[in-house]
Amino acid sequence: MSELFRFELVSPEKLVLAADVQQVRVPGVEGDMGILPGHAPVMTSLRPGVLEVVTRSGNDKRFYVRGGFAEIDPTRLVVLAQQTIDLEELDKSHLDQEVKNLEEDVADAKTDGQKVKAEFALDRLRELQEALDL
Amino acid sequence: MASLKDLRNRISSVKATQKITKAMEMVAAAKLRRAQEAAEAGRPYAHRIDRVMAALGAKVGHDEGAPRLLVGTGRQDVHLLLVATAERGLCGGFNSNIVKRAVQDIDALLGEGKTVKILCVGRKGFDILKREHGDRMIKGSPVDLKHVKRIGFAEAEAIGRQVLDLFEKEEFDVCTLYFSEFKTVVEQKPTALPLIPAKIPDSEAAEKPSAGAESAYEYEPGEAEILDDLLPRNVMTQIFRALQENAASEQGARMTAMDNATRNAGDMIDRLTLEYNRSRQAQITSELIEIISGAEAL
Repeated sequence: MSELFRFELVSPEKLVLAADVQQVRVPGVEGDMGILPGHAPVMTSLRPGVLEVVTRSGNDKRFYVRGGFAEIDPTRLVVLAQQTIDLEELDKSHLDQEVKNLEEDVADAKTDGQKVKAEFALDRLRELQEALDL
Repeated sequence: MASLKDLRNRISSVKATQKITKAMEMVAAAKLRRAQEAAEAGRPYAHRIDRVMAALGAKVGHDEGAPRLLVGTGRQDVHLLLVATAERGLCGGFNSNIVKRAVQDIDALLGEGKTVKILCVGRKGFDILKREHGDRMIKGSPVDLKHVKRIGFAEAEAIGRQVLDLFEKEEFDVCTLYFSEFKTVVEQKPTALPLIPAKIPDSEAAEKPSAGAESAYEYEPGEAEILDDLLPRNVMTQIFRALQENAASEQGARMTAMDNATRNAGDMIDRLTLEYNRSRQAQITSELIEIISGAEAL
Protein backbone atom coordinates (compact mmCIF):
# COMPACT_ATOMS: atom_id res chain seq x y z
CA MET A 1 0.00 0.00 0.00
CA SER A 2 1.30 3.39 -0.88
CA GLU A 3 1.81 6.25 1.51
CA LEU A 4 -1.17 8.22 2.71
CA PHE A 5 -1.76 11.83 3.60
CA ARG A 6 -4.57 13.78 5.18
CA PHE A 7 -7.14 15.28 2.86
CA GLU A 8 -10.00 17.58 3.82
CA LEU A 9 -12.64 18.99 1.52
CA VAL A 10 -14.50 21.82 3.21
CA SER A 11 -17.48 23.83 2.02
CA PRO A 12 -19.04 26.71 3.93
CA GLU A 13 -21.93 24.52 4.98
CA LYS A 14 -20.04 21.48 6.13
CA LEU A 15 -16.92 19.37 6.17
CA VAL A 16 -17.59 17.34 3.06
CA LEU A 17 -14.82 14.83 3.34
CA ALA A 18 -11.97 14.20 5.74
CA ALA A 19 -9.91 11.11 5.10
CA ASP A 20 -6.45 9.69 4.60
CA VAL A 21 -5.93 9.33 0.89
CA GLN A 22 -3.30 8.25 -1.62
CA GLN A 23 -3.61 10.95 -4.21
CA VAL A 24 -5.73 13.95 -5.11
CA ARG A 25 -5.99 15.78 -8.39
CA VAL A 26 -6.83 19.43 -7.84
CA PRO A 27 -8.07 21.77 -10.58
CA GLY A 28 -5.83 24.78 -9.91
CA VAL A 29 -6.12 28.04 -11.84
CA GLU A 30 -2.83 27.36 -13.54
CA GLY A 31 -3.55 23.76 -14.40
CA ASP A 32 -4.41 20.54 -12.67
CA MET A 33 -2.14 19.40 -9.92
CA GLY A 34 -1.68 15.82 -8.81
CA ILE A 35 -0.94 15.87 -5.11
CA LEU A 36 0.96 13.03 -3.48
CA PRO A 37 2.32 12.81 0.05
CA GLY A 38 5.33 15.03 0.65
CA HIS A 39 4.29 17.75 -1.76
CA ALA A 40 5.99 21.13 -1.32
CA PRO A 41 3.82 23.71 0.47
CA VAL A 42 1.69 25.51 -2.08
CA MET A 43 -1.40 27.62 -1.93
CA THR A 44 -3.44 27.84 -5.07
CA SER A 45 -6.79 29.18 -6.22
CA LEU A 46 -9.19 26.79 -7.84
CA ARG A 47 -10.92 27.01 -11.14
CA PRO A 48 -14.33 25.38 -11.47
CA GLY A 49 -13.66 21.78 -12.27
CA VAL A 50 -13.49 18.22 -11.11
CA LEU A 51 -11.46 17.17 -8.14
CA GLU A 52 -10.43 13.52 -8.06
CA VAL A 53 -9.53 11.67 -4.93
CA VAL A 54 -7.86 8.27 -4.76
CA THR A 55 -8.85 6.97 -1.35
CA ARG A 56 -7.04 4.57 0.91
CA SER A 57 -8.64 1.53 -0.68
CA GLY A 58 -7.77 2.81 -4.14
CA ASN A 59 -11.32 3.84 -4.99
CA ASP A 60 -11.91 7.00 -6.94
CA LYS A 61 -14.14 9.71 -5.68
CA ARG A 62 -14.99 12.67 -7.84
CA PHE A 63 -16.29 16.07 -6.79
CA TYR A 64 -17.20 19.12 -8.75
CA VAL A 65 -15.73 22.15 -6.97
CA ARG A 66 -16.18 25.83 -7.64
CA GLY A 67 -14.60 28.90 -6.13
CA GLY A 68 -12.01 28.52 -3.45
CA PHE A 69 -8.47 27.40 -2.96
CA ALA A 70 -6.28 24.57 -1.87
CA GLU A 71 -3.71 24.63 0.86
CA ILE A 72 -1.05 22.03 0.33
CA ASP A 73 1.76 20.99 2.61
CA PRO A 74 3.77 17.79 2.88
CA THR A 75 1.41 15.97 5.21
CA ARG A 76 -1.89 17.57 4.48
CA LEU A 77 -4.15 18.99 1.81
CA VAL A 78 -7.07 21.24 2.62
CA VAL A 79 -9.43 22.29 -0.14
CA LEU A 80 -11.80 25.15 0.63
CA ALA A 81 -14.52 25.29 -1.97
CA GLN A 82 -17.52 27.52 -2.05
CA GLN A 83 -19.56 24.86 -3.75
CA THR A 84 -18.99 21.12 -3.90
CA ILE A 85 -21.07 18.48 -5.59
CA ASP A 86 -20.43 14.78 -5.22
CA LEU A 87 -20.50 13.52 -8.78
CA GLU A 88 -21.95 10.20 -7.72
CA GLU A 89 -25.10 12.06 -6.76
CA LEU A 90 -25.29 13.78 -10.09
CA ASP A 91 -26.54 12.24 -13.25
CA LYS A 92 -26.03 13.58 -16.71
CA SER A 93 -29.53 13.44 -18.13
CA HIS A 94 -30.80 15.18 -15.02
CA LEU A 95 -28.29 17.94 -15.58
CA ASP A 96 -29.27 18.34 -19.24
CA GLN A 97 -32.88 18.65 -18.17
CA GLU A 98 -31.98 21.35 -15.65
CA VAL A 99 -30.10 23.30 -18.28
CA LYS A 100 -33.09 23.09 -20.59
CA ASN A 101 -35.43 24.31 -17.85
CA LEU A 102 -33.21 27.26 -17.13
CA GLU A 103 -32.92 28.17 -20.79
CA GLU A 104 -36.71 28.35 -20.88
CA ASP A 105 -36.66 30.45 -17.71
CA VAL A 106 -34.29 32.91 -19.34
CA ALA A 107 -36.56 33.15 -22.37
CA ASP A 108 -39.68 33.56 -20.25
CA ALA A 109 -38.28 35.93 -17.66
CA LYS A 110 -40.58 38.91 -17.19
CA THR A 111 -38.38 41.18 -15.14
CA ASP A 112 -34.70 41.95 -15.48
CA GLY A 113 -34.07 40.60 -12.01
CA GLN A 114 -35.52 37.22 -12.87
CA LYS A 115 -33.59 37.09 -16.10
CA VAL A 116 -30.26 37.89 -14.49
CA LYS A 117 -30.91 35.27 -11.85
CA ALA A 118 -31.78 32.57 -14.36
CA GLU A 119 -28.83 33.44 -16.58
CA PHE A 120 -26.53 33.28 -13.60
CA ALA A 121 -27.79 29.84 -12.65
CA LEU A 122 -27.51 28.73 -16.25
CA ASP A 123 -23.89 29.85 -16.48
CA ARG A 124 -23.13 27.83 -13.40
CA LEU A 125 -24.64 24.71 -14.86
CA ARG A 126 -22.87 25.19 -18.19
CA GLU A 127 -19.60 25.44 -16.31
CA LEU A 128 -20.45 22.22 -14.61
CA GLN A 129 -21.29 20.52 -17.90
CA GLU A 130 -18.01 21.64 -19.43
CA ALA A 131 -16.06 20.40 -16.46
CA LEU A 132 -17.70 17.00 -16.74
CA ASP A 133 -17.08 16.62 -20.43
CA LEU A 134 -13.37 17.09 -20.03
CA MET B 1 -66.04 41.63 41.36
CA ALA B 2 -65.86 39.42 38.29
CA SER B 3 -68.73 37.02 37.90
CA LEU B 4 -68.19 33.28 37.87
CA LYS B 5 -68.78 33.10 34.16
CA ASP B 6 -66.17 35.80 33.48
CA LEU B 7 -63.64 33.90 35.53
CA ARG B 8 -64.38 30.65 33.72
CA ASN B 9 -63.91 32.37 30.38
CA ARG B 10 -60.61 33.88 31.42
CA ILE B 11 -59.29 30.58 32.68
CA SER B 12 -60.08 28.83 29.42
CA SER B 13 -58.54 31.61 27.35
CA VAL B 14 -55.31 31.55 29.36
CA LYS B 15 -55.24 27.77 28.97
CA ALA B 16 -55.49 28.16 25.20
CA THR B 17 -52.63 30.66 25.23
CA GLN B 18 -50.55 28.32 27.31
CA LYS B 19 -51.02 25.55 24.78
CA ILE B 20 -49.76 27.83 22.01
CA THR B 21 -46.68 29.00 23.90
CA LYS B 22 -45.90 25.42 24.88
CA ALA B 23 -46.11 24.32 21.25
CA MET B 24 -43.92 27.22 20.14
CA GLU B 25 -41.35 26.31 22.73
CA MET B 26 -41.13 22.78 21.44
CA VAL B 27 -40.91 23.88 17.82
CA ALA B 28 -38.15 26.33 18.76
CA ALA B 29 -36.28 23.56 20.57
CA ALA B 30 -36.36 21.36 17.48
CA LYS B 31 -35.30 24.22 15.22
CA LEU B 32 -32.58 25.22 17.63
CA ARG B 33 -30.99 21.83 17.42
CA ARG B 34 -30.94 22.00 13.65
CA ALA B 35 -29.58 25.54 13.65
CA GLN B 36 -26.88 24.56 16.09
CA GLU B 37 -25.83 21.62 13.96
CA ALA B 38 -25.63 23.86 10.92
CA ALA B 39 -23.52 26.40 12.79
CA GLU B 40 -21.26 23.64 14.00
CA ALA B 41 -20.85 22.22 10.50
CA GLY B 42 -19.84 25.62 9.16
CA ARG B 43 -17.08 26.09 11.66
CA PRO B 44 -14.23 24.23 9.89
CA TYR B 45 -14.56 26.43 6.82
CA ALA B 46 -14.59 29.68 8.76
CA HIS B 47 -11.69 28.49 10.87
CA ARG B 48 -9.54 27.65 7.86
CA ILE B 49 -10.40 30.87 6.05
CA ASP B 50 -9.27 32.70 9.17
CA ARG B 51 -6.03 30.81 9.15
CA VAL B 52 -5.24 31.56 5.53
CA MET B 53 -6.25 35.18 6.11
CA ALA B 54 -3.83 35.41 8.99
CA ALA B 55 -0.99 33.92 6.97
CA LEU B 56 -1.56 36.15 3.97
CA GLY B 57 -2.63 39.25 5.86
CA ALA B 58 0.57 39.27 7.88
CA LYS B 59 2.56 39.06 4.67
CA VAL B 60 0.82 41.49 2.38
CA GLY B 61 -1.08 43.63 4.86
CA HIS B 62 1.63 46.21 5.32
CA ASP B 63 2.53 46.73 1.69
CA GLU B 64 1.73 49.94 -0.06
CA GLY B 65 -0.57 48.45 -2.63
CA ALA B 66 -2.47 46.19 -0.25
CA PRO B 67 -6.09 45.58 -1.28
CA ARG B 68 -8.54 48.12 0.04
CA LEU B 69 -10.77 45.45 1.50
CA LEU B 70 -7.92 44.78 3.89
CA VAL B 71 -6.60 48.24 4.69
CA GLY B 72 -9.70 50.35 4.03
CA THR B 73 -10.10 53.45 1.91
CA GLY B 74 -7.95 55.52 4.19
CA ARG B 75 -10.99 57.43 5.39
CA GLN B 76 -13.46 56.77 8.17
CA ASP B 77 -16.22 59.13 7.14
CA VAL B 78 -19.03 56.96 5.91
CA HIS B 79 -20.05 53.94 7.94
CA LEU B 80 -22.28 51.16 6.72
CA LEU B 81 -24.00 49.20 9.44
CA LEU B 82 -25.21 45.79 8.45
CA VAL B 83 -27.81 44.86 11.04
CA ALA B 84 -28.90 41.24 10.99
CA THR B 85 -32.04 40.35 12.93
CA ALA B 86 -34.85 37.83 12.73
CA GLU B 87 -37.88 37.77 10.47
CA ARG B 88 -40.22 36.95 13.31
CA GLY B 89 -40.95 38.25 16.74
CA LEU B 90 -41.94 36.49 19.94
CA CYS B 91 -38.38 35.73 20.80
CA GLY B 92 -37.80 37.82 23.88
CA GLY B 93 -35.27 40.59 23.64
CA PHE B 94 -33.43 39.01 20.72
CA ASN B 95 -34.24 41.59 18.05
CA SER B 96 -34.27 44.62 20.30
CA ASN B 97 -30.92 43.69 21.84
CA ILE B 98 -29.21 43.63 18.47
CA VAL B 99 -30.86 46.89 17.48
CA LYS B 100 -29.93 48.48 20.79
CA ARG B 101 -26.31 47.54 20.22
CA ALA B 102 -26.44 49.06 16.73
CA VAL B 103 -28.22 52.23 17.87
CA GLN B 104 -25.58 52.76 20.50
CA ASP B 105 -22.94 52.81 17.76
CA ILE B 106 -25.09 54.89 15.43
CA ASP B 107 -25.44 57.57 18.09
CA ALA B 108 -21.73 57.51 18.82
CA LEU B 109 -20.84 57.80 15.13
CA LEU B 110 -23.34 60.58 14.52
CA GLY B 111 -21.92 62.37 17.54
CA GLU B 112 -18.52 62.29 15.86
CA GLY B 113 -20.04 63.83 12.78
CA LYS B 114 -19.77 60.74 10.57
CA THR B 115 -22.27 59.67 7.98
CA VAL B 116 -24.17 56.51 8.79
CA LYS B 117 -25.87 54.18 6.36
CA ILE B 118 -27.86 51.15 7.41
CA LEU B 119 -28.60 47.91 5.65
CA CYS B 120 -30.96 45.62 7.52
CA VAL B 121 -31.15 41.89 7.09
CA GLY B 122 -34.45 40.66 8.47
CA ARG B 123 -37.74 42.44 8.84
CA LYS B 124 -37.83 42.93 12.60
CA GLY B 125 -34.74 45.05 12.99
CA PHE B 126 -35.83 47.12 10.03
CA ASP B 127 -39.21 47.80 11.63
CA ILE B 128 -37.60 49.06 14.81
CA LEU B 129 -34.82 51.05 13.16
CA LYS B 130 -36.87 52.76 10.49
CA ARG B 131 -38.77 54.81 13.07
CA GLU B 132 -35.73 56.82 14.04
CA HIS B 133 -33.28 56.17 11.25
CA GLY B 134 -35.55 55.60 8.27
CA ASP B 135 -33.68 58.17 6.19
CA ARG B 136 -30.39 56.36 6.72
CA MET B 137 -31.61 53.08 5.28
CA ILE B 138 -30.01 52.32 1.96
CA LYS B 139 -31.75 50.80 -1.03
CA GLY B 140 -32.40 47.11 -0.75
CA SER B 141 -33.09 47.25 2.97
CA PRO B 142 -34.39 45.10 4.49
CA VAL B 143 -32.98 42.00 2.86
CA ASP B 144 -35.91 39.62 3.04
CA LEU B 145 -35.15 36.14 4.31
CA LYS B 146 -38.69 35.26 5.23
CA HIS B 147 -39.03 32.51 2.70
CA VAL B 148 -35.66 31.02 3.38
CA LYS B 149 -36.21 27.88 5.41
CA ARG B 150 -32.61 27.15 6.01
CA ILE B 151 -29.84 29.68 5.64
CA GLY B 152 -27.52 28.57 2.85
CA PHE B 153 -24.32 30.08 1.61
CA ALA B 154 -26.24 31.48 -1.36
CA GLU B 155 -28.06 33.98 0.87
CA ALA B 156 -24.84 35.15 2.45
CA GLU B 157 -23.28 35.38 -0.99
CA ALA B 158 -26.08 37.64 -2.25
CA ILE B 159 -25.78 39.97 0.73
CA GLY B 160 -22.01 39.97 0.47
CA ARG B 161 -22.20 40.83 -3.21
CA GLN B 162 -24.47 43.76 -2.43
CA VAL B 163 -22.06 45.08 0.21
CA LEU B 164 -19.03 44.62 -2.05
CA ASP B 165 -20.73 46.43 -4.93
CA LEU B 166 -21.43 49.37 -2.66
CA PHE B 167 -17.85 49.35 -1.50
CA GLU B 168 -16.54 49.39 -5.04
CA LYS B 169 -18.75 52.37 -5.78
CA GLU B 170 -17.20 54.04 -2.74
CA GLU B 171 -20.55 54.38 -1.03
CA PHE B 172 -18.95 53.76 2.35
CA ASP B 173 -15.55 53.47 4.02
CA VAL B 174 -16.15 51.18 6.95
CA CYS B 175 -18.60 48.32 7.30
CA THR B 176 -19.64 46.72 10.56
CA LEU B 177 -21.85 43.71 10.99
CA TYR B 178 -24.30 43.41 13.89
CA PHE B 179 -25.65 40.07 14.95
CA SER B 180 -26.25 37.99 18.03
CA GLU B 181 -23.61 35.53 19.02
CA PHE B 182 -24.89 32.22 20.31
CA LYS B 183 -23.30 31.51 23.68
CA THR B 184 -25.77 29.16 25.29
CA VAL B 185 -29.47 28.53 24.93
CA VAL B 186 -30.22 31.19 27.51
CA GLU B 187 -27.43 33.57 26.63
CA GLN B 188 -27.07 35.45 23.38
CA LYS B 189 -24.63 38.26 23.02
CA PRO B 190 -25.24 41.09 20.57
CA THR B 191 -21.95 41.57 18.76
CA ALA B 192 -20.41 44.07 16.37
CA LEU B 193 -17.96 42.62 13.89
CA PRO B 194 -15.78 44.79 11.64
CA LEU B 195 -16.26 43.52 8.10
CA ILE B 196 -14.47 46.09 5.96
CA PRO B 197 -11.63 46.74 6.39
CA ALA B 198 -11.12 43.13 7.31
CA LYS B 199 -9.88 42.36 10.75
CA ILE B 200 -6.86 40.15 10.40
CA PRO B 201 -7.16 37.25 12.80
CA ASP B 202 -4.48 37.14 15.41
CA SER B 203 -1.53 35.47 13.77
CA GLU B 204 -0.49 34.06 17.13
CA ALA B 205 -3.66 32.04 17.14
CA ALA B 206 -3.17 30.86 13.61
CA GLU B 207 -1.75 27.40 13.34
CA LYS B 208 1.58 26.97 11.71
CA PRO B 209 1.65 24.72 8.69
CA SER B 210 1.95 21.18 9.97
CA ALA B 211 5.22 19.59 10.98
CA GLY B 212 8.25 20.11 8.83
CA ALA B 213 6.61 22.78 6.75
CA GLU B 214 8.15 25.77 8.41
CA SER B 215 9.13 27.07 5.02
CA ALA B 216 6.66 29.55 3.59
CA TYR B 217 4.05 28.51 1.10
CA GLU B 218 4.52 29.00 -2.53
CA TYR B 219 1.59 30.87 -3.98
CA GLU B 220 -0.07 30.14 -7.24
CA PRO B 221 -0.81 32.44 -9.04
CA GLY B 222 0.57 35.05 -6.58
CA GLU B 223 -0.01 36.24 -3.07
CA ALA B 224 -1.81 39.39 -4.17
CA GLU B 225 -4.10 37.49 -6.54
CA ILE B 226 -5.02 34.92 -3.93
CA LEU B 227 -5.70 37.66 -1.43
CA ASP B 228 -7.91 39.44 -3.96
CA ASP B 229 -9.87 36.24 -4.33
CA LEU B 230 -9.90 35.54 -0.63
CA LEU B 231 -11.06 38.88 0.76
CA PRO B 232 -14.53 38.97 -0.85
CA ARG B 233 -14.90 35.33 0.11
CA ASN B 234 -14.01 36.23 3.65
CA VAL B 235 -16.72 38.91 3.75
CA MET B 236 -19.30 36.36 2.64
CA THR B 237 -18.04 33.78 5.06
CA GLN B 238 -18.34 36.22 7.95
CA ILE B 239 -21.87 37.13 6.91
CA PHE B 240 -22.76 33.48 6.58
CA ARG B 241 -21.40 32.73 10.02
CA ALA B 242 -23.30 35.68 11.48
CA LEU B 243 -26.53 34.51 9.89
CA GLN B 244 -26.05 31.04 11.28
CA GLU B 245 -25.25 32.31 14.75
CA ASN B 246 -28.30 34.53 14.49
CA ALA B 247 -30.52 31.63 13.50
CA ALA B 248 -29.39 29.60 16.50
CA SER B 249 -29.65 32.59 18.84
CA GLU B 250 -33.14 33.42 17.62
CA GLN B 251 -34.41 29.94 18.35
CA GLY B 252 -32.65 29.89 21.70
CA ALA B 253 -34.18 33.22 22.64
CA ARG B 254 -37.59 32.12 21.48
CA MET B 255 -37.34 28.90 23.45
CA THR B 256 -36.48 30.78 26.64
CA ALA B 257 -39.17 33.39 26.06
CA MET B 258 -41.82 30.78 25.38
CA ASP B 259 -40.76 28.74 28.39
CA ASN B 260 -41.27 31.83 30.56
CA ALA B 261 -44.58 32.55 28.91
CA THR B 262 -45.79 29.01 29.54
CA ARG B 263 -44.79 29.24 33.17
CA ASN B 264 -46.46 32.62 33.58
CA ALA B 265 -49.63 31.27 32.03
CA GLY B 266 -49.51 28.37 34.51
CA ASP B 267 -49.21 30.79 37.43
CA MET B 268 -52.07 32.83 36.11
CA ILE B 269 -54.28 29.77 35.74
CA ASP B 270 -53.53 28.78 39.35
CA ARG B 271 -54.42 32.24 40.59
CA LEU B 272 -57.61 32.46 38.58
CA THR B 273 -58.70 28.97 39.61
CA LEU B 274 -58.22 29.88 43.25
CA GLU B 275 -60.26 33.03 42.81
CA TYR B 276 -62.93 31.11 40.93
CA ASN B 277 -63.25 28.49 43.67
CA ARG B 278 -63.36 31.15 46.35
CA SER B 279 -66.15 33.12 44.75
CA ARG B 280 -68.07 29.94 44.03
CA GLN B 281 -67.79 28.96 47.69
CA ALA B 282 -68.78 32.49 48.78
CA GLN B 283 -71.86 32.31 46.62
CA ILE B 284 -72.90 28.95 48.04
CA THR B 285 -72.34 30.20 51.58
CA SER B 286 -74.45 33.30 51.03
CA GLU B 287 -77.25 31.22 49.48
CA LEU B 288 -77.19 28.92 52.49
CA ILE B 289 -77.35 31.87 54.88
CA GLU B 290 -80.38 33.18 53.02
CA ILE B 291 -82.17 29.85 53.23
CA ILE B 292 -81.34 29.35 56.91
CA SER B 293 -82.33 32.86 57.93
CA GLY B 294 -85.51 32.47 55.86
CA ALA B 295 -86.35 29.25 57.74
CA GLU B 296 -85.60 30.87 61.11
CA ALA B 297 -87.97 33.73 60.40
CA LEU B 298 -90.90 31.36 60.13
